[in-house]
Amino acid sequence: MFSLGDLYKQVIIDHTKSPRNFGKLDPCSHDAEGYNPLCGDQLHVYLQINEDNIIEDIKFEGQGCSISTASASLMTQILKGKPLTEYERLFDAFHDMATADMDDEPDEEALGKLAVLAGVKEFPSRIKCATLCWHTLKSAVEGSGEPAITE
Amino acid sequence: MNIEQIRDDFPILHQEVYGKPLVYLDNAATTQKPRCVIDAVRKYYEKDNSNIHRGVHSLSERATKDYEDARETIRSFFNVKSSKEVIFTRGTTESINLVASSWGGANVSKGDEILISHMEHHSNIVPWQMLCERTGASLKVIPMNDAGELDMDAFQGLLSERTKLVGVVHMSNALGTINPIADIIKQAHAVGAKVLVDGAQAAAHMATDVQALDIDFYATSAHKMYGPTGVGILIGKEELLKAMPPYQGGGDMILMVTFEKTQYNCLPHKFEAGTPNIAGVIGFGEAIKYIQSIGFEAIETREKELLSYATKKAQAFEGLRQIGTAKNKACVLSFVLDGVHPHDLGTILDREGVAIRAGHHCAMPVMQYYKVPATARASFSIYNTESEVDALFEALTKARDMFS
Repeated sequence: MFSLGDLYKQVIIDHTKSPRNFGKLDPCSHDAEGYNPLCGDQLHVYLQINEDNIIEDIKFEGQGCSISTASASLMTQILKGKPLTEYERLFDAFHDMATADMDDEPDEEALGKLAVLAGVKEFPSRIKCATLCWHTLKSAVEGSGEPAITE
Repeated sequence: MNIEQIRDDFPILHQEVYGKPLVYLDNAATTQKPRCVIDAVRKYYEKDNSNIHRGVHSLSERATKDYEDARETIRSFFNVKSSKEVIFTRGTTESINLVASSWGGANVSKGDEILISHMEHHSNIVPWQMLCERTGASLKVIPMNDAGELDMDAFQGLLSERTKLVGVVHMSNALGTINPIADIIKQAHAVGAKVLVDGAQAAAHMATDVQALDIDFYATSAHKMYGPTGVGILIGKEELLKAMPPYQGGGDMILMVTFEKTQYNCLPHKFEAGTPNIAGVIGFGEAIKYIQSIGFEAIETREKELLSYATKKAQAFEGLRQIGTAKNKACVLSFVLDGVHPHDLGTILDREGVAIRAGHHCAMPVMQYYKVPATARASFSIYNTESEVDALFEALTKARDMFS
């Protein structure tokens, strides 16, 4: 049986208590809102992407549970200063991890420190908490203008 | 009241979740079902399953009798004048939509006002918003105070001859507040407004006499009163229901159909188009009998006792802020805990076998009032015990320690 410790790892608790890159980015080149109607989580992701397609800065703000906050915090940490192609690769890797079969080990090489969130797949009702920030990011980058929802 | 005996009536309670005894404290979302309700539904499917109001065979006659007997049980339970005034629906939500659509469509127009309260469930907000959008009427909101009690002075100020209907929840699912509906109805009637009472949360916890209260429309759901899901009632005054156009067209709601014209059936069938949830209705009737066998006096005494036990613990729990502290409230403990998001609480408590609700409880404006994204909610029922309340607070201590 998977224990609570598999979900609430110390790194996640740490990011919940002191989220990195938290706040508004003004000015920014891209931004979007995301909602999880199930639990009321609200998230806003801001990016500054330069002409070389490098994510110069990325920030988030909003209200959410520890999983959604830690996930967003880790996301901003890993993407800051990276080329946009890195966002595409990580989006797919993260999505695969969150929806993988129970027995699949997370691809730690591809995911880096995001692998700490692999425990969510054992808690089906919490997967959306972890993926909300990524969907919000996608909506910001693609400039759809529509708020991201997890439903 | 013998709690152990009552617990024995509910088969589902005797199980473990993650190796811990189940502590079910999500009764405001739905209550568990006693064996008599489960047996009644099973008996219908095993012995009597057939369509009602049409067959001449024995099965259909038995099913029709049980269905109509359930209507009579429910009529007497809410002291409704006539069984013509008891309409079966899919639940509270459908009942309110029926009134908003049928009564609202015929009686509400531009310039009119619909008055609801700040603590309504989405099901008593959205249908009225939709009606206002269609008709050009406006939606007004009775404010509440920090304790989660309606501001009755403001209510009086909002009432006018423009008010066509007041929609109010009897007991708030998010806060536990019991609203002074007798007073609300009197004042609303004084300006000629009709009143719809959302009884979904209250019906299992206190007696409601629709005649004594002079309620125009009353809606509730079986599943919050130990009955099956997917079935509920709309109670309406006969003269109002008679004057209303049908809500849905179909079988059972007609007397005569030709391609030129249809003559509608009499009440209550006019509003029961299509084959209803027969098993659900029969189970609903049985659930009402179950409540009657315990009696509201015993239920109210016991639930007050339990709420006061839980409230004392909540007040002593460091970092816990109660949401909803009305003087008159029932068996709902809604709260937030410093440093732990309600959604995380829900997951952590689940691993301790404790089932609570975390979220906005389909009452987002209530969350907006308290400036919280969500609350954790423990809601109690007749089968809950003091030791289950202890288990809740032990689990909360674990959650708090985890994030400290």
